[in-house]
Order: sequence, then C-alpha cells, then structure tokens
Amino acid sequence: MYEWDFSPVLAEGGFLLVGFRNTLVLTATALSGGLVVGLLLAFARLSHRRWLKVPAGIVIEVFRTTPPLVQLFWFYFGLPIVLSIEMTPFLAASLTFMIQSGAFFAEIFRAGIVSIERGQWEAANAIGMTYNQCMRRVILPQAVKRMFPSMMERSIELMKTTTLVATVSYADLLFQANELAQKTFRPLEVFTVVALIYFVSISFISFIASRMERRFAKSGEFTP
Amino acid sequence: MSAPVLRLSGFGKQFGSLRVFSDVDLDVMPGDRIAILGASGSGKSTLLRCINVLETPSEGRLELDGELVGQPSRAGDMRFSERELCALRQRVGMVFQQFNLFPHMTVAGNVAEGLKTVRSVKSQKALERAVAELQRVGLADKADTYPSRLSGGQKQRVAIARALAMDPEILLFDEPTSALDPALVGEVLGVIEQLANEGRTMLLVTHEIGFAYHFATRILYLAEGGIYESGTPDEVLKNPKRPLTQQFLAEHRRFQF
Repeated sequence: MYEWDFSPVLAEGGFLLVGFRNTLVLTATALSGGLVVGLLLAFARLSHRRWLKVPAGIVIEVFRTTPPLVQLFWFYFGLPIVLSIEMTPFLAASLTFMIQSGAFFAEIFRAGIVSIERGQWEAANAIGMTYNQCMRRVILPQAVKRMFPSMMERSIELMKTTTLVATVSYADLLFQANELAQKTFRPLEVFTVVALIYFVSISFISFIASRMERRFAKSGEFTP
Repeated sequence: MSAPVLRLSGFGKQFGSLRVFSDVDLDVMPGDRIAILGASGSGKSTLLRCINVLETPSEGRLELDGELVGQPSRAGDMRFSERELCALRQRVGMVFQQFNLFPHMTVAGNVAEGLKTVRSVKSQKALERAVAELQRVGLADKADTYPSRLSGGQKQRVAIARALAMDPEILLFDEPTSALDPALVGEVLGVIEQLANEGRTMLLVTHEIGFAYHFATRILYLAEGGIYESGTPDEVLKNPKRPLTQQFLAEHRRFQF
C-alpha cells in the first residue's frame, strides 16, 4: 500500500509557485500576442488581395496541422541556426505559442465574421460606411459575441499546451514539478498538486467566462 | 424644366453568363415616384441594387445630378472607388425587404449610426436627430428599445428612419412589405405615402400593385431583360399595351373580390 505524503512537496511550495508564475507570464504573453496575430491573420485571409490571403492561409494551415512540440523545437533549435541569432527558451516559447494560437484564433475570428448575415454588411454599406467602418461598428461587435465561447476554449487549451516548454528547460510549472519530484522522490504527490493548481486556475477562468457569456446574452439584443 | 437627379443609360447587369437586364435607360426627375413591377426573376431588385451599387452594374453609366459616378475601365465596365461608393450611398438611401437593422444597437442607435460614423456628427446631436426621424415614423417612444423587441412593421419603419437620417436625395425601397404580416403592411405603406406627400424622390420595387397605382407617378414593368413597358399608372396598370404586362396584371386580378 502506497503511503501518500505531501509534506515534502508543501515544504517546497515556493518552488512550484515560481513555476506557476512563469506559466502565467508565458500564457499571458502568448495569449495577448496570439489574439493580435489571430486578428491580423483573419483579416488577411478574408482580404481580396491574393498576396495577403494566400500567405495567411499557409501560415494558418501549417501551424494548425503540425504538432506544437515540433514547432517549439523548430523555433528553439532551428531558428537560431537559420538566422544565426540567440534564442532563449522564453522567446522561443512565446513566438511558438503566439503564432500557433494565433492560427487557431484566426479561424475562430474568421468563422465569427463570416457568420454575420450579408444583410448587415449591406445595411451598413447602404448608409455610406466604408469596409473598415462596417467591420468596426457593425460586424465585429456582433461577431465577438459569437466567437467568445470558442475563444475561451482555445485560451484554456493554450494554457495547458504551454507545459511543453518544460522540454526546452523554461522553468514553468511542469518543469519545476519535475525538478521537485526528483529532489523529493515524491512524483505522485508533486504531480497531483500540479494537476490541482491547473484545475483550480482553469476552473476559475471558466467561471468568469461563463459569467461574461451570460451577461452578453442578457444584454438582450440577439435576434435569432 | 429641371434636370434629372438620376440618369441611367445603357445600364445592364450580368451574373456570369446570366444576363439579368441590359440597355436600361431611365431619367428620374426630382419628385418622381417610380414603382418597379415585374414577375419574380425579372431583375427588379437587381436593378434597384445596381443603382446604389450594392451590385456592381456590368455595363452602362450612372449619373447623379448630371455627374458620372465611377470610372470606366478599359474593359468597358464601370469601376467604383470606395470613396465614390460611400458618397453615392449617402445620397441614395435604401430600405431592404429584411429590414437589416443592427441588432446590437438600440432603435435610436440604429438611426443615429450613419450620422455618427459616416458624418462624424457628435453623439448627442446624432441622437437628437434620430429621435426626430423616429417621430416622423411614429416610433419616438421606442428609441431606447432593441430591434428584437419590435414587430416587423415597426422594424421596417425604423429602417426607413435610418435611411432618412442621412438626408438622401433619392430613396430606394426593395420590396419593403414583402417580409411582413399582412396586418402590418398598412403601417409601412402609410409611412411611404407620407414621404410621397413630402415630394421625395423614390424608387419602389413592390408586389403591392394597388399601392403602386396610388403611389407612383410612373410605373416600370420589367420583363425580357429590360424595361418592357412604362408609363403613368393609368397607362400601364389600367390599359397595358403589351402582352406580358396584360398577362401579369390578369394573373394578379384573378383572386380579386
């Protein structure tokens, strides 16, 4: 019978906390960058200009269809060789997850934008709005509401995917957990605590998200 | 004799190999009220949508107050810059069959939107103007409601107010009552009639032949890819001269009582 003993893990709690902080920093960086990249890629892919549309489509498809671990290795080990630059684990991870999540966000944005009825574009055009004005005042405000659930889903996915950076020795939560497990010989306890930290923080985000969704719905202006 | 506000010449539209209409010549004088009739598929809506270039016309010219809109390309069709389109559409308002109100804005927000965003009118001023336009269509009390709370007839009246807020020289109505409950048609036609009494220049695509008779100064009957017959309501609707017009009207009279 295995004897659970959390005390050595809790004694080194600060060690895990450092990892958790790093995970949050990386997730926040990748998320905010990813949203910007996603919006740009979505607009580029929706554009009528081929020189924008085609490359955007390629970037989106490549990053959606290749494993994130391979992308990370490519940025961390490959890019420095190709461009002969210095690469830190944090920079490589930020770039990877920004573009990777950006590719997914782009498809979410695009789907949200094209889901708005043609009549909305026409009505906005018919009072003299430019393409950009239509987008900003009429299309995006409606599309964002429709995109919100899948955007949240993707952000949670992103937070969990960042655990891959442990493989390039960025001191995120999982990396720190590994270290601690080797130090204390208590891997089961360590990883249980890690799972709990993820469970609590992601549940918290989900809770906030569903609250916001309900507030959107309550603002009442939806027409089915 | 004044000059036409709108002149179409050699106007045509093709979707791929499908020719919807061609060689349409039309002068619209200030105060003209033109009802466009025709069987479904005769291209009446397309013609209307080509006038504010929601559909790009494939051939011919469009002049507003004697000025050509767009530049002819080398291929012979017209090219329109975004700036020209925005200017044109502010002068030629449109009301749609499906209303197309902005669901995320209040009723007053819908009406004020063009002023605020396109004309950069201050929010407060734009809203005052919006309420005044809503008053005209009898909906000032709904200013703060969202469109989803309105009946179809009310939605369409808001859509009319939204178009009016831009002070268009010409108003286009694309089957404004076709999506409405029969009981709600009257209130929308009432508003259009009131605009007619103000002497506004309007083009109306409709299936309400009775209304067209009372409303229009001129009727266009579209068939065979063009204007098939035109004239005053009495000429076209009481004494149609050409066979397709006669057939169309006979069909409509079949179930009259």
